Amino acid sequence: MSTPSTTSATPVLAVHGLSKSFGAVQALLGADLICRPGEVTALVGDNGAGKSTLIRCITGVQSFDDGDIQFNGKSMRLGSPTEARSRGIETVYQDLALVEDLTVWQNMYLNRELTRGIGPLRLLDRRRMIDETRQRLERLLVNMPPVSARVRRLSGGQRQSIAIGRAASWGSTLVIMDEPTAALGVRERDSVEKLIGRLREDQIAQLIISHDLEQVMRVADTVWIMRRGATVAEKRVAQTTREELVAAITGADQVR
Amino acid sequence: MSEFLERRGPLARLREPTFWGDNAALIGLIIIGVAFSLLSPYFLTWGNITALLVSASILVVLATAQQFTIVSAGIDLSIAANLPWAAVVFGLVYNSGLGMVAAIIGAIAAGALVGVVNGLIITKLRINDFIATLGMLGVMSGVALIASSGQSFSVFSGFLQTLALGSIGPIRYFYLIALVVVLAAHVVFRYTAFGTHVLATGGNRDAARNMGIPVDRMRIAVYAINGALVGVAAVLLVARTGGADPSIATDELLSSIAAVVLGGSSLFGGRASMIGTVAGALVLTTLLNGFTLLQVSSFYQPIAVGLVVIAAAALSRFQQ
Repeated sequence: MSTPSTTSATPVLAVHGLSKSFGAVQALLGADLICRPGEVTALVGDNGAGKSTLIRCITGVQSFDDGDIQFNGKSMRLGSPTEARSRGIETVYQDLALVEDLTVWQNMYLNRELTRGIGPLRLLDRRRMIDETRQRLERLLVNMPPVSARVRRLSGGQRQSIAIGRAASWGSTLVIMDEPTAALGVRERDSVEKLIGRLREDQIAQLIISHDLEQVMRVADTVWIMRRGATVAEKRVAQTTREELVAAITGADQVR
Repeated sequence: MSEFLERRGPLARLREPTFWGDNAALIGLIIIGVAFSLLSPYFLTWGNITALLVSASILVVLATAQQFTIVSAGIDLSIAANLPWAAVVFGLVYNSGLGMVAAIIGAIAAGALVGVVNGLIITKLRINDFIATLGMLGVMSGVALIASSGQSFSVFSGFLQTLALGSIGPIRYFYLIALVVVLAAHVVFRYTAFGTHVLATGGNRDAARNMGIPVDRMRIAVYAINGALVGVAAVLLVARTGGADPSIATDELLSSIAAVVLGGSSLFGGRASMIGTVAGALVLTTLLNGFTLLQVSSFYQPIAVGLVVIAAAALSRFQQ
């Protein structure tokens, strides 16, 4: 482990020595990861390095064999993504989990609908959900789509932004994003990166899986590098270079 | 509609291709209505409109039932057997002297039970909706025949007669019930969290599951509601025909699906339009009504109905 880092506050997420095997295949062999409050942490590594497995263990989609995951200083073992969500860990997968035929506000409040009335006569408080979606997203998004438009009509960047905006609402303390800009054009990528910057100002910890090292250098504070199921290095972006990251990802730094 | 459309004038909306796709059934209904009223002076009389609405009522209730399954990206083929099954249960309970309330509850429960079984087969055995309900179509048509010994039988009741023929002022109870069912479904889809979750389940099942919606339970619930509404339709059917007939009602099955598709709901789920579905059911009924008025041979009617469904499907390609 090189360059251990500065901040002393309790990390939002601290993973130690996580391992997981699928039959004979060791997907994780002692992975570590730390996400600090208000920071953007990037997780990089080649395909098959174990990034996705690590994320799935953190979010409770998958169980792990050995190791420890601490959330806000307390050990936890999540049984399901719903449990992760209830603890303030939100994940934006590449499929975004948006329903195209529903509107922006319906997606925003999906399974968290505001209602009024009593008993079986509880009806949706549409006005309030529409207003609050607009307020929330207007503050976060550069390119604000109409909140009553169906998601089907939105561009890829707008969809990504809404998925991230939704994940960052509801008092979440850690937002995990899987390749948030992989399918986007330059301008849309730019607006998503601005959104990530704004969430950082809001002190929301973010964990981003990315293949785009230029992007990692632009948006992240800390980078964790994975190789063959283990985290091999943690680097502060301010104190590293793209070349150093490439070397760590490919293992070239070990040859010397 | 999106705000982006609201900002433009009504004429601009007419130029949007999605407008024609979303409102195909309503537009079709208006065109057919105008055509028939020009061709027959009797078409637009209150008497004929009443007859039309009464004969559309059962289809409207069945199409609403079908709407629930189609919105969830499913389909219910067992409607054709569930309808006579619920009618037979209704008749048997009433004729055994347990009273009208028990008979109505019996019919709705019998229908809902079939729906729950459909839902369980689909979610627990992981069988495609089409196949599962096709299987139940066969099973329930046999069960209905066994329960009634294969015979249709009369059900006499003053209540049913009032239901079939009575009215509040000029409004007949018969289509009033269909209207209540439609309004209730509209409220469910548009104004309840449950309805939103059904739409999400049909629109993108993975996303719905991801957001913590119990997708399997939603699908079972949708089939249960579908079955209960088929029970309601069965009561109307017995009131209209004066008896319970265990033989299968394939016409109603095809029309119920056609009405929903005409109404602009995607067979892939995720979209519900009760106004569209009602308009779809009315288009189908109006075609039959108008052809009868014009004394067109009944042999031509299914051809016209089929062509209208295809035309509506072609229009709905503009929907997205």
